[in-house]
Amino acid sequence: MSDLFLVGNGAGFSGDRVDAPIPVVRALVQRGLPAAMFFECLAERTIALAQIEKRRDPDAGYEPMLERLLEPILADCARAGIPILGNFGAANPMAAARCVARLARRLGIPELRIGVVTGDDVSGTVDLSTLAVHEADAGLDMSAWTLVSANAYIGAAPLAGALARGAQVVVAGRTSDPSLAIAPLMHHFGWAEDDWQALALGAACGHLLECGSQVTGGVFWDPGFKDIPDPANIGFPYAEIGRDGSLVVTKPEDTGGLVDLRSVKEQLLYELHDPAAYLTPDVVMDITGVTLEQQGRDRVALRGVKGHARPERLKVTACYEGSWLGEGEVSVAGPNALARARATADVLLQRVKQRGLGRRARADLIGISAVHDSDAGALWRSYDGPEPPEIRIRLAVESATRDDADQASREALAMLCCGTAGTSGARWRVTPRILTRSFLVPREMVPTEVTVREARLWN
Amino acid sequence: MELIEVPLHAVAHSRAGDKGNRANLSLMPYDPELWPALAEQVTEARVLALFAHRGATRCTRYDLPLIHAFNFIIDDALEGGVNGSLNLDGHGKSLSFRLLSMTVKVPADKLPRT
Repeated sequence: MSDLFLVGNGAGFSGDRVDAPIPVVRALVQRGLPAAMFFECLAERTIALAQIEKRRDPDAGYEPMLERLLEPILADCARAGIPILGNFGAANPMAAARCVARLARRLGIPELRIGVVTGDDVSGTVDLSTLAVHEADAGLDMSAWTLVSANAYIGAAPLAGALARGAQVVVAGRTSDPSLAIAPLMHHFGWAEDDWQALALGAACGHLLECGSQVTGGVFWDPGFKDIPDPANIGFPYAEIGRDGSLVVTKPEDTGGLVDLRSVKEQLLYELHDPAAYLTPDVVMDITGVTLEQQGRDRVALRGVKGHARPERLKVTACYEGSWLGEGEVSVAGPNALARARATADVLLQRVKQRGLGRRARADLIGISAVHDSDAGALWRSYDGPEPPEIRIRLAVESATRDDADQASREALAMLCCGTAGTSGARWRVTPRILTRSFLVPREMVPTEVTVREARLWN
Repeated sequence: MELIEVPLHAVAHSRAGDKGNRANLSLMPYDPELWPALAEQVTEARVLALFAHRGATRCTRYDLPLIHAFNFIIDDALEGGVNGSLNLDGHGKSLSFRLLSMTVKVPADKLPRT
C-alpha cells in the first residue's frame, strides 16, 4: 500500500467548467500513484431544483452535466483504477447511476462497478418539526412555505463502504462536501471512523479542493494585483496526502491558474466560521495551528491541522417553495443618466406598491450601487459621486403568486413607453424562490444504504 | 516612517463566503509584516459599520497569526441570505470588495505599488 495518495477535484459546483476534469485525470494517471477523483455539484438549493425536476420526470433530478463531465475521463479512470466520487446524484442518485451505466456501456466498459449511496433524503422519514433549528437560521418565518426537499449531510463512511465493495464510481446525493475527499482516503489508508487526527487531514484536503478552481486562481484573480496565468484554462486542483500526515495542494502542469500561499489562504478560510471548529459529519476540524509553506511552483504544503470528535447530530437542509421572484431591468445612458435612473427606480417601486404586487421590493442602480446595497437603496440614494455614462435600473419583487411576480416584472417592460427619455433594453423574468432552513438530526435517524452493481446490470 | 492612508485593496486581499444569513470575509495582508497594523485598525466595530446599511447585527473577528490572516463573521448582513435576498448577489460574494474599500494607514515602504 502506497504511502502517498492523490485526490483530484473535477467540479466545484453544478455549473462549473465541464472540461476541467480532463487535465486533472491526465496528471493523476501520469503520476502513477493510487488516486481518486471527486466532483462537488450540490449547493444548498440545487437539490430542491433537482427535486422539482424529478417530480416532472422520474428519470431526471440529478446533475444535468453528469454525462458531459464523465464522458472524457470515465474510461481512463476505470483503466487506471482511479475511483470517481460525486454528489452528482442530487435528488435522484439511482437515475444518475443509470446514466453512468448507459455511458459506461456506450464506452465499452459494461463491467464498470457503480455504487450508489442513499439515505440522505429524509423528507419522508423524519418529522422536521421535532428537530432543533440550526443556529444560523433561527428566526426565519416559515408560515406558508411548502416543503420540497429535506436532505441530511451524510459523512464519508458509506462512501468508503461503496469503495470497499469495489465501486469504481460512487454516486451520492447530499453528502458533506469534504466527505467526498475523506472517503477515498479512509478506504486507502484504512482510517478508523474515530481517528480524528487523520480525518481532520482528510477534511482539510476536502475543504481546500471542494470548490475546484477556487484554490488554483478562480475567484482570486484581480488584474494588476493578483494576476494568474491563462485564466481561460485554470487547472483544477489535486492534493498529495501522505500516510505521515502530510498534505500538499497542487495542480496539473499544463494548465493555467496557480497554487500559492495567497490562493490557499483564501480557500482555507472560505465559508469557515470559527477556525477552531469547522463542523463536518466526520470530524470537527481545527485550523488554528495550521502553517503553510510554498514548496516550489504551484505546490503548497499544509501542516498542523487538528481534529476533534465529530458532532453528535447531522445537519439537515430543508427546501421550501415559498414565493415568486419577479425581476425587470431597463437602461439609461448619456447626459442626466443619474437623475433619470433615480426617477425610474422610484416610479417602478411606486407602481409595484400601488398595484399591490409584492410583499417586498427593491430597486438597484447597476453602475452606481447594486450588489453592495440594501433593499432600501441606502447607497444609491446617498450617492454623490460623478455621473456615470450608463446605468441599468433593476427592479426585484417578492410576490405571493406567479402572476403577481410576472406583473411586477412587466412594470420594467412598460417603461419602454412610459419611462424617462431614452429608456431602453428591457428584460423581465419570473423565477420560483426556493427557501431553505437547516435543522440538526440525531445520526441514528439517518440510516444509509449502499448498492453496488456492474454497469451492465443497471437498468 | 511616513504613514499613508490607502484602501485595504492596495495592501491586502479577501474572499467572501456565506452560510445562511451570515457572511464570512477573510482578510490577508500581502506583506505579513502588516498583519499587526491591520489587527489594530480593521476592528470588529469598523467592519460592522461597513454593513450597517444592510442591518448587520454583529461582527466577530477571528485572528490567525500563524498564516497572517483574519476571518470576519458578520451576522444578518445578507438581508435573508441567498434564499431570502432580493439582491443580485444573494450570497454576498462581492462583499469582500466592500471590506477592501475600507482605508487603513500603513508605512509608505509597505506599499507594494505606488
